[in-house]
Amino acid sequence: MAKEEKKETPKTCLNIDGEKYKTLLTSKYTDRKKWEEPNPKQFYSQIPGTVLKIYVKEGQKVKEGELMMVLEAMKMKNKIRFSADGVVKKVHVDEGQKIPKDFLMIEME
Amino acid sequence: MSLQRKILELQKKREKVLQGGGEKAIEKQVAMGKMTARERIITLLDEDSFHEYDLFVEHEARDFNMDKKTLHGDGVIIGTGTIYGAPICIYAQDFTVAGGSLGLMHARKITKIMDHAMKMRVPIIGINDSGGARIQEGVNSLAGYGEIFYRNTTASGVIPQISVILGPCAGGAVYSPALTDFVFVVDKISKMFITGPEVIKTVLGEEISMEALGGARVHSEKTGNAHFYAESEIECFDQIKKLITYIPWNNSKKAQSFESKEPKIDQFKIDEIVPGDAKEPYDVRDVVRAITDDSDFFEIQELWASNIVIGFGRLDGQTVGFVCNQPLVLAGVLDVDSSDKAARFIRYCDAFDIPIVTLVDLPGYLPGVDQEHAGVIRHGAKILYAYSEATVPKITVILRKAYGGGYIAMNSRHLNADFVFAWPGAEIAVMGPEGAANIIFRKEIMEAEDPEQMRKQKVNEYKEKFANPYVAAAKGYVDSVIEPKETRKLLLHAIEVSMNKVDKKPNKKHGIPPF
Repeated sequence: MAKEEKKETPKTCLNIDGEKYKTLLTSKYTDRKKWEEPNPKQFYSQIPGTVLKIYVKEGQKVKEGELMMVLEAMKMKNKIRFSADGVVKKVHVDEGQKIPKDFLMIEME
Repeated sequence: MSLQRKILELQKKREKVLQGGGEKAIEKQVAMGKMTARERIITLLDEDSFHEYDLFVEHEARDFNMDKKTLHGDGVIIGTGTIYGAPICIYAQDFTVAGGSLGLMHARKITKIMDHAMKMRVPIIGINDSGGARIQEGVNSLAGYGEIFYRNTTASGVIPQISVILGPCAGGAVYSPALTDFVFVVDKISKMFITGPEVIKTVLGEEISMEALGGARVHSEKTGNAHFYAESEIECFDQIKKLITYIPWNNSKKAQSFESKEPKIDQFKIDEIVPGDAKEPYDVRDVVRAITDDSDFFEIQELWASNIVIGFGRLDGQTVGFVCNQPLVLAGVLDVDSSDKAARFIRYCDAFDIPIVTLVDLPGYLPGVDQEHAGVIRHGAKILYAYSEATVPKITVILRKAYGGGYIAMNSRHLNADFVFAWPGAEIAVMGPEGAANIIFRKEIMEAEDPEQMRKQKVNEYKEKFANPYVAAAKGYVDSVIEPKETRKLLLHAIEVSMNKVDKKPNKKHGIPPF
């Protein structure tokens, strides 16, 4: 098979415990997602699916445990509920919309 | 009817079935750049060695007008033959017959040849080229898959199982290859996935081609599902044949031994490959080739997790499994994927009585939130488990750095290695000099008039005192500090004297490895 020529000294470095090693980096390493502190005011989808029904409007006051929407995913109508009290700032999805995983659905004030 | 006429009748019947799905379907198969199932078997096996069984098997499905359909051989070919004289059981799905779809009788043929392989204790090769379950046969086709998976699991570690993906292999069908020892894929021909592009589009609205989702390249580079990647079917068959020469027929036999050949020392100068500075990279495969017979190394999973290198070579004509950190890629660190890759290979070697040689040069485990959250603890534990559990001869050569948890994991004395050798440039320590000096001499460095100067001084002090093989050798953790050019001789000797190794573990049903 066609192999990439690896004889040249790599120009990239990897830092382990303060030592900088000259080495090739894999795309999996360079493309890795940077970790960010999750924002408790943003609700992301945890599974890809279709938004069947939205129960809240922007500006609406909600209580913990209140129904936010029904997200149909994997042939199951999942009821999504608010995990804390608050006021809905923005609804980013429409009924009937197909959304992937980790999609911003609702933001709170 | 005279016997002569009966023979003629047989010949006619055979001729008809051997057409598979007929001219048109064969034309289509060829247009896709694929060989037919029978051509594949004949090309792979020794000339004139293939004998086919169950040629006249027919399906019994009655629903959805299936009773009016004749499917030659029910879409799969089974038989026996040889590769370089080694007995082989083989099956190949015939895409020209109902898309190679798997119905009950199709599956029965496959399980029959698998059972045969188990009884005869010979390798089984499965060539996959199938559109999936035969929907018309309903739960019977699911039963068929399940019966294959069950046999794959039972045969695991008893006979070598090889899967060749030469077409689509989708949905539940992918789990048979996943349960086998080695998966071969070919560019533009192999396609493997659980849910295909159409389902992904319907559910997610994401459009992706079959190739980008589960093509040969993807499974060789990204997922690690495939072990060997080829550009063509012919190249793929050559790889399979080569693999067969390295592995035994079953777990109670030794792999075939070959004539011993010296490595090509003009091409691979063992004294000159590894740079003195632990931060400088090199290709560890050059070290392997400087040691093995004829400088031959048959690498497995070359394109995936290439920060660790695994594969077969021979020492004095005997097959040996090599596990090596690769400083050229990601400094040779252990991480989620490389631990997975190495651990599975170590267990393969252990199951089939192949001695393991470990070449060590690593700075430790890869730091990072993604690694921690991907479970580097439980994945990294696999390599410890696999080495500790293995009872085949286990020999380690520490080429250069061996720091921290990585040192322990790479078949150290503490995991019951049989022999541990170290080159004079080995640095066996809890961590690299920079990091260690910063911690141990933190106070001195901070309080110094010139902290940078003090830091340098302390790093050098640490280097001199601990970055060597003699601290470990003084404790007997390293058996012998050796010159690079003595490596091959010592490995040959170590394997020779380990021939009758007995390492009895306590009786148990099985352990609980960190899967």
